[in-house]
Amino acid sequence: MELLILKDKLIMEECKRIARDHGLRFSDETIEYVTTNEDMIRLSPKGMIPTMYDYWVHDVYVLQDKGKYDLYPHNPYETVINTRPPLSFYNDNNPDWLNIMIFYHVIAHIDFFQNNVFFAKTWSDDFCGRALAHANVIKELRYEKGRWVDYVIEFARNMDNLVDFAGDLARPGETKTVSVAEAKFNYFFDEYLQEVVKVNTFRYVEELNRYNELAAKNDPATARNLFLAYVDQKFVDFALKFEKRIKTRKRVPGDVMEYVMEHSTKLNKAENDWMKHVIQIVRETSLYFQPQIRTKILNEGWASYWHEKLFLADPRLRTHEFDFSRINAGVVSLSRVGLNPYAVGLRMFKYLEAKADRGMLTYDFEKVGDYEARKAYDQKTGAGRQFIFDVRTYHADATAINQFIDQDFVNEFNLFVVGKRINKSRTAWEYYIKSRRAEDYKKKMLESLYHPPQIRVDQEITANSGALYLVHTFEGKELVREYIPNTMLGIEFLWGGKVILETHEIDVSSFEDMNREDLEKYFQEAEKVTLKWQKVRYTMQDRQLSREVMSTSVEKPA
Amino acid sequence: MNERNQHPLDPLSQQGRRPDLTPEQRASLERDRRGTVAQILAAEEGKGLYDHTDEFFFPNAGVPTMNIQTLDELLERDKQRAADGFPKKVILGKIASQGGKKAVIVPSVTEEKFYHDTRPKMPGQGGDEGGSGEGEEGEVIGESPIKEEQQGGGQGAGDQSGGEGHELDDSRALEIGKALTEKFNLPNIQQKGKKTALFRYTYELTDINRKFGQFLDKKRSLKNIIKTNLLLGTFTPDDVKFDKIVVSPVDLVYRIVSPEKEYESQAMVFFLRDYSGSMYGDPTEVVLSQHVLIYSWLLYQYQERVEKRFILHDTDAREVDNFVSYYRLNNGGGTNIASAYKLVNKIVETEDLAKDYNIYIFQGTDGDDWDSDGKESLPEIEKMLTYVNRMGITVVSRTPGQMNTQIEKYLDKSGLLKKSPHLLKMTALAETARNQDELIKSIRDLVE
Repeated sequence: MELLILKDKLIMEECKRIARDHGLRFSDETIEYVTTNEDMIRLSPKGMIPTMYDYWVHDVYVLQDKGKYDLYPHNPYETVINTRPPLSFYNDNNPDWLNIMIFYHVIAHIDFFQNNVFFAKTWSDDFCGRALAHANVIKELRYEKGRWVDYVIEFARNMDNLVDFAGDLARPGETKTVSVAEAKFNYFFDEYLQEVVKVNTFRYVEELNRYNELAAKNDPATARNLFLAYVDQKFVDFALKFEKRIKTRKRVPGDVMEYVMEHSTKLNKAENDWMKHVIQIVRETSLYFQPQIRTKILNEGWASYWHEKLFLADPRLRTHEFDFSRINAGVVSLSRVGLNPYAVGLRMFKYLEAKADRGMLTYDFEKVGDYEARKAYDQKTGAGRQFIFDVRTYHADATAINQFIDQDFVNEFNLFVVGKRINKSRTAWEYYIKSRRAEDYKKKMLESLYHPPQIRVDQEITANSGALYLVHTFEGKELVREYIPNTMLGIEFLWGGKVILETHEIDVSSFEDMNREDLEKYFQEAEKVTLKWQKVRYTMQDRQLSREVMSTSVEKPA
Repeated sequence: MNERNQHPLDPLSQQGRRPDLTPEQRASLERDRRGTVAQILAAEEGKGLYDHTDEFFFPNAGVPTMNIQTLDELLERDKQRAADGFPKKVILGKIASQGGKKAVIVPSVTEEKFYHDTRPKMPGQGGDEGGSGEGEEGEVIGESPIKEEQQGGGQGAGDQSGGEGHELDDSRALEIGKALTEKFNLPNIQQKGKKTALFRYTYELTDINRKFGQFLDKKRSLKNIIKTNLLLGTFTPDDVKFDKIVVSPVDLVYRIVSPEKEYESQAMVFFLRDYSGSMYGDPTEVVLSQHVLIYSWLLYQYQERVEKRFILHDTDAREVDNFVSYYRLNNGGGTNIASAYKLVNKIVETEDLAKDYNIYIFQGTDGDDWDSDGKESLPEIEKMLTYVNRMGITVVSRTPGQMNTQIEKYLDKSGLLKKSPHLLKMTALAETARNQDELIKSIRDLVE
């Protein structure tokens, strides 16, 4: 792994300058490495963070990927990580012209990392350095605790997808982005009015209107300051209460990992203190990756939008037009079946830019009812560019899909939901166009997004019984049953006692007795069966798992 | 510590530093970290102020080191897990190439967490996906047959489409076979001294002999002559005088005929798999995982002198010529186990295999058989028992061990298992059996 040679570094700097001219914003310093495929394979299990702690399972992934590489050689073009400064890795096989396209792609990713609000908690910190500190802590612990460190890493990772990312992001005063004025303002409406003064709804709305009036006449910051001046005058104890609130604020243990760390009697014994360090490391690492996984479509779409736009305008594209088209199409073309985040994200930005340019993302446009008038609507606002920059700043995949996927989008790009069913007469799986409705497409997209189960600790039962009582919010999905035993085994080890999980599962008894010998008949019969849900409780005690059904025929939530 | 040696990230790494490390541990740790700093400082010599770049701050931003390099070490770790009271985690999996020529075996580990299960729950329905392009709602845009010679859809077995001509990667399989024998203490066949090794002699001019022989090895001889003459002082490389060169008879090297022992394949293993509709999905996956391991183990036992044959059956049996077809094909029909037995007997007979090979037969089934009382199967099994070294039947079912599938019932009733306990073995596995322990236990049942 080597640094980019000077000639290429200068090209990168030139690309950065061009990107800045187009409005992208990012830190001055960036570091670029040239890597071999093997390096890439070694780095990928660590999320490309070179300094991440050693863990044997990562090594297994490397062995696995090497095996895969033997059979399916593939060359990842690049990767960039969200560190300060950002590091990016380029495959040593890339031709020069390709690297220029990739530089633009990487720069747009960096712009996304550093401006999208979901990354706010990563802005003040360099994760590469933090990961190195983590790695050293773990390395030192291994001298002392040997393989037990790896067990604790493993068990902590059993629940690292249950981190409360949203809660962590929303914790007041902890992000550097929230100014004191903002914190005061939020405190006034979120807590003070409701919990201290205990106003009724009418009074609450009255205060809100007062602010809205100010906001209509002033810019947001001024309006807020004017409003706070008024609050200080009218509510004499507000400043005092706010101070007190800041001081006494105790972090509510939000997610399962935090709860276990704070309340496990086992972990809170002095000799087990080191385990909490390890769990904290795993938790921080998981939190670090959360915004990335939740903005996959937008981030890749944004990078694709910019590499396409900037490279097409770059004179260095000349003579490589054909190569570029081929590679670019491979990255951003919509596939007949499947969801390609690059392709969908890119189209979303292009679509929104075009629409906003015509002034169609406004209330005024919504008031136009006539079909022809809507079709011809064009206010020539030129607001498109600003609009997509705002999308890159304020949206995650879920919110963008929810807000922007409409029938026009689905029609424009010929999108549809593909269904897969058995054709009994042909005994074949059949892929068919199930729906071209935006509603269905949106639902399908949302379903395919990263969405870990919502599992929280029932603090009351836990405090009373001593057993860690986990409740899985029922969303019409069951948990992967094969994983439950080992996941709970790990949690039991860290909790140091009985662990209970309450969840919902499909009652499969109706399928079990059916004869699978005759496929056609089997599928015919299966079609008549409706899925039944039951509420179940898993208990892990002394490394033994038991399951009991609490109630049957539970309604699936709408 | 000298200021210059202060590592920029020291303050960070002091978080969580243990005070109670021994000086040796501390020193070793320091060496690990300081090594990279020292290298950077060395590289820094002669650099000006503006030559410094950010890389200085990332001395460790190299490629992470691998601590575990071999499968052996991984399996060792797994053994330790069991000793510590935790379930084993390493699974030896297989990847088949697409249009390539091989399948490789790789270790894999599942990191279990609470995940939503997104697999389709209704039989006969696949998961929805996104798509794009022309077409009306309801229009079929493609299909993939589940009958006859096609991938089975869903996960795992039959999942990857691809061409013919794949093979198991024997070098990797050999490594696994070794691990199975040594780490998992699977029995060692050769110690039992079954049939003697089969080999034949071939004669080649490969042995060397001094002074006389069939062919003079000119190169070797010349080397010896030069050596001798250098010692005698009669040879100087810059000024060669041929009249002074002395040739000793001992320097002359000849090649002579030698008998070479050539081993012939010692074992022939038949893998039989039910690929009917009822085997679809999990049961198939379990059988295949087990068969891969058995093959690996035999390969090691017979030091690679193993030939393999693959038989698939539903109501009819057919031989396929490589592992990947064996691995991939699924069918939709009913089940007649005897068809496969008949085919094996026919192959053994027509190719006269019993004379030259140790024959092994391993069969994977879900126990269903249209021939429900074994009227057709049992005579065929008896025939096989006259020549096999071992026949192993694996029944994969929802209720393993309860002997309630057809094949289990009729085999039990026939008394064959008791009559030839050294030749015929049967084991049961759950449909969900995935971990190494369960699979290895079942193999042990079959081969011990």
